[in-house]
Formats: sequence, C-alpha cells, structure tokens
Amino acid sequence: MRRGAFVRELLRRPQGAFGVGWLTLIVLSALVSRVWTPLDPFDTDPYSAWLTPSFGHPFGTDSVGRDIFSYVFAATGTTVVVAVASGVVATVVGVGLAALGSLTARWVRESVAVLIDVLVAFPTLLIAMALAAAFGGSLTVVVVAVGVGYGVTIARVSRSEIRQVARTDYVLAARANGLGTGAVLRRHVLPNIAPVVVVQLSLSMATSVLAEAGLSFLGYGAPADTASWGRLLSDLQKFIGVHPGSVVWPGLAITLTVLALNLLGDAVRDASDPRLRSRRRGRGTPGSPSTSGPSTAPPRATAPGAAGTPTTPGVVS
Amino acid sequence: MTRFVVGRLLLFVGGLAVASVLIFATLRLLPGDVAQAIAGTTGSPEQVAALRQQLGLDRPVVVQYLDWAGGLVRLDLGESLVTGTPVIDEVLDKLAVTLPLAALSLVFGLLIGIPLGVTSALRRGRASGVVLGTGAQLLAAVPVVWAGMLLIGVFAVTLRLLPTQGFPADGWSEPGRALRSLVLPALTIGIVEGAVLLRFTRSAALGALDQDYVRTAAANGMTRSRALVKHGLPNVMLSVVSILGLQVAGLIVSAVVIEQLFTLPGLGRMLVTDVGRRDLTKVQGELMTLTTLVLFIGLVIDLVHRRLDPRLREGDR
Repeated sequence: MRRGAFVRELLRRPQGAFGVGWLTLIVLSALVSRVWTPLDPFDTDPYSAWLTPSFGHPFGTDSVGRDIFSYVFAATGTTVVVAVASGVVATVVGVGLAALGSLTARWVRESVAVLIDVLVAFPTLLIAMALAAAFGGSLTVVVVAVGVGYGVTIARVSRSEIRQVARTDYVLAARANGLGTGAVLRRHVLPNIAPVVVVQLSLSMATSVLAEAGLSFLGYGAPADTASWGRLLSDLQKFIGVHPGSVVWPGLAITLTVLALNLLGDAVRDASDPRLRSRRRGRGTPGSPSTSGPSTAPPRATAPGAAGTPTTPGVVS
Repeated sequence: MTRFVVGRLLLFVGGLAVASVLIFATLRLLPGDVAQAIAGTTGSPEQVAALRQQLGLDRPVVVQYLDWAGGLVRLDLGESLVTGTPVIDEVLDKLAVTLPLAALSLVFGLLIGIPLGVTSALRRGRASGVVLGTGAQLLAAVPVVWAGMLLIGVFAVTLRLLPTQGFPADGWSEPGRALRSLVLPALTIGIVEGAVLLRFTRSAALGALDQDYVRTAAANGMTRSRALVKHGLPNVMLSVVSILGLQVAGLIVSAVVIEQLFTLPGLGRMLVTDVGRRDLTKVQGELMTLTTLVLFIGLVIDLVHRRLDPRLREGDR
C-alpha cells in the first residue's frame, strides 16, 4: 500500500484519529515546553499552596505552590523522550533477536528461540528494580528495562512473522539468486514485517509510559529536578487524604497517552490488514470505535504485557 | 502428555537458572562493589577490604554465584547485608501479605472481566456494549497507582468505608481485619487487570458467537445468549485460562506498586525499601522469589490449560 493511502486509512478510523491527534498534541507540548511554560514548573510559593483550579492555575497548585498545569505540561518532554528511546531500544533488541532466531544456522536459531521463551516471562518492573538496585534509579533504567523487557515480546511476535516470510517463494528465489541473509532481511523481510513491528512499537511505548510513571512513583525513575507525571503522582499522593482532587491531572495525562498509543497500535493493525480494509469498503460505513470485528485478534494475544501490564507481564503502572 | 509436561518442566527449570544468572549478574554490575556500597564514602580502604573478605567477595565471581545458587536450591537466600538476619524468614513473612493480595486481586479481576466481557460481546453494536468496550479500553490504559489513588479518594476519604493504609501488626490473627485492609488494594488491581480480561473475554466470546455450533443452537430455538453460555463458554474460558499466566504476572507486578501506595508490608514493599538501602542479598532473594512465583504460576496454568483442552488432550494419545 502506498504511504498516503495508509495514512488516510489510519486516520479514517476513530482509534487512529484519536491516537494521532493526542500524540501530536503531546509531542508539540514537549517541544514547546522546552522553551516556554505558562509558569515555571519548579517555582515554589508557600503562599499559593493548594489553590483550586482557576484561570491563572488551570489545574490548581500543589503542596509547595507549584503550578500543576505547567508541571504536567513540562513533563510531556520526559514522557516523549522516555517513550521514543524505549520504543527504539525495544524494536532494535526485538527485531535483532527475532532475526537471530529465524535466519541463522539451526542450532543458533533454536537456542535463541528457547532464550526468547524463557526471557518473555520476566516482568519489566523486576528488571527495572534489579537495575535500580545496581545503578540507582534513573530514566535510563526505565529505558533499558522496557527496551529489554518489551524487546523480548517484540522478538517473539516478529520471529514467527519472519519465519513465515522466510518460507515464501520470493525469498527462496532471492536466496537462489545469491542474495545474502542481510540483504534478504533488508529487502524482503523487514518491509513485510513492518506493520507488525509498528504495532508492537506503539505498544512498547505505552508500556514505557506506564513503567516510567510506576518507577517514578516508587522513587526510582525521574530524578527530582525532572518533571514527570509519575513523580507528580507520588508527590501529590502524600496529601491524598486532604486533596484527593489534585491527582486527577497527572493520572489523566498518563491514561490518555497510554490509551492513544494502544489505540494507534490497534488502528495500524487494522489499517494494514487488507482483509479488514476491503470488508470495510464493502460495507461502506465506518464501524463504531469499539467494534473492530470478530476476526481481529484478541487484545494482547500477540502482545503480552502491554499496558496492563502491562500488561504484561511486567508492566509497572 | 508426559512429553509436554517434561518439556514444560525443563523450560521452568531453565527459566529459573537463567533468572538466577541474570539477577546475580545485574547486581554484580554495580559500580564499585557491594562492600564499597555498604562502607559508603566514609569507609577506609582497609575496612572495605575486610568487609569484602567477610562477605566472600574476594572469591571468584563464579564461586560466589554457585554458592548463592546452591543456597537457593536449599531455600537459603543468605543474610541481609544491613541487619544480618536470614532473608528467607522475612520473605516468607511478607508472602503472607503478597500472596493473599494477589489471589484476591485475581478473584476481583475474574469477577469483573468474565461476566462483563461476555455481556459486552452479546451486546455488540448496542449502546451498552459500546460503553463496556470503550470503558474497558480506557481502564486498561489507567496506571494502577492512579486507580488506587482514585479509589482511596472515593472509598476512604469521601465514603469512609475501607481502610487505606497498612495491615494489622499481628498479621492474620484477626482474619476479618486483615482481609478488610486488603480489599481496596485488591480491588484496585482487580479493576485494572479485569479491564484487560474483559477485552480478552469479549474477543473470545465474539469469536465463539461466529461459530457454527452457536448458529445451530440458535436455529434450534435457543437464544443467542443461552447458546453462548451453554456451548461457547467452555471455549471462551479455555482462551481466558491460556492468558491467565500473563495476567497473574502482571498482577504480581502491580502488587509491588500497590503495596507501596497502601503501605502493605508485602514482598513488593520490602523490595522497594531494600533497593533504596542497596541491601543486595535481600534484593537478590526478593527478585528471585518474585520471578520464581511468576514462572511457577505460568507453569501451573500451562499444565492446567493442557489438561482442560480436550483438543490438546486428544493430540497426546
């Protein structure tokens, strides 16, 4: 499918439109917050602690008088960096392992397959806690933990895809013509598994947003001088008995971002599935957002540990 | 069947071996070493050297690992670096909170996920089905900490119904009181995991509704919902069981975060505290216990699934 047609197909679905829309907003906020925020997110003022939402402070203020809106706005930067870095690491680890587990000599690929089966059971949070015990908590720990933890999931999903592609006639023909493994991977395998990988990339980013929030809540994620939604939740949690309303904002920001990534994943899967596409045309009307059709794979059947848990196992949230 | 069981057991044992190596190696990546970490910046080189000898860190890494792994087999997790007490005693003590919490969460999750999942499949295309589907999609994106905070806000702060913090100091000597303090945390995890189960059950039930046997039953005068419950449910439950292992892993990970939020003296909270203290033998022991738990439940569920599914049983004969 041409790129333009794919994007049109994606945006036509409510899930895709919401996902793309919200994520664009988050990325724009992240960029803008580097140079401008309504107020300084770290500026404390004991006289304006716990102000209720108003025009000057749309989300109110916290225990030390910080403007919650500015803080949530600034924290988009942390979220985007962590999500993109985790997604890239997870994809590289995942596709790399999958390629090793399918295109190499028999003993290599079978040992890698067993390794993937074993590693996939390890919860991301536990990996993160082990790393935090050794190196102290940081956003790098989140990225590495999700990169490795979710990377194995990506490896498992893409390995079976690669094996299917590897058995096709055109790959056999290419190999017979003397094309090397690397070239086969680049020219035939990767383009074919791209939709699956993009779906997984999106889910791994959702996992990383939840993981960052969870670890920062536990005190092993973002450092004190970095604005982070999870950190804000942890700061506000101490006062939940008195000001339960204040935790709504950072939590909502996390939820909507994770939702957008999950829905984008669903939409990419549907838009790249020719069967769903043609049926859709045949029907002529766009379906309702929550009914993507019975033939769709059960949620997370191929994505253990996403979001709730991540998903998962291993989703910290 | 025997072949499957043996293979699955080997995977379990292999998983434990890989886990022990990974956990041990990660914690040994610590910049400096354990002795340095304990002595801190104030320790003289002689003190550090003495400590190193006392802890056996002057031996080759492989010997240290074998020593630790040998202990694991005998259920000996070593002694705390900070207090010198045996780790296993404390771990067993904490499991008395974490295991009931996980079990109760699973019960809540199943009670929420399965009936609502089946209902939302039966009501596909109708308003109630759309609401259920969308609600589940949204809830599956909620960070579990935030869900906990919102429930605390509603049940404890506003309605003053349930305790939000802590666990009876005398443990389970008053079962009613102990159970009461687990209700809200378990409900938190149950809701978030239940949302994932709901989506999965819904997909599986939609698949079952498309099957010939439901159509035949409906043609013979049964209502679609009765046909689904009578003939489709066993199939739906089988798919649910097959993902239960991942769900339980996610649930145990959620428990780590939730124990922190509700200050429950469980294994997760112990892990978080010990990571902060850098009590590495304890962290090693806790991570190993949690991983064993996840792998063991995965094993049990796989065996149960195999036993339950008549198609797989058939293949064994």
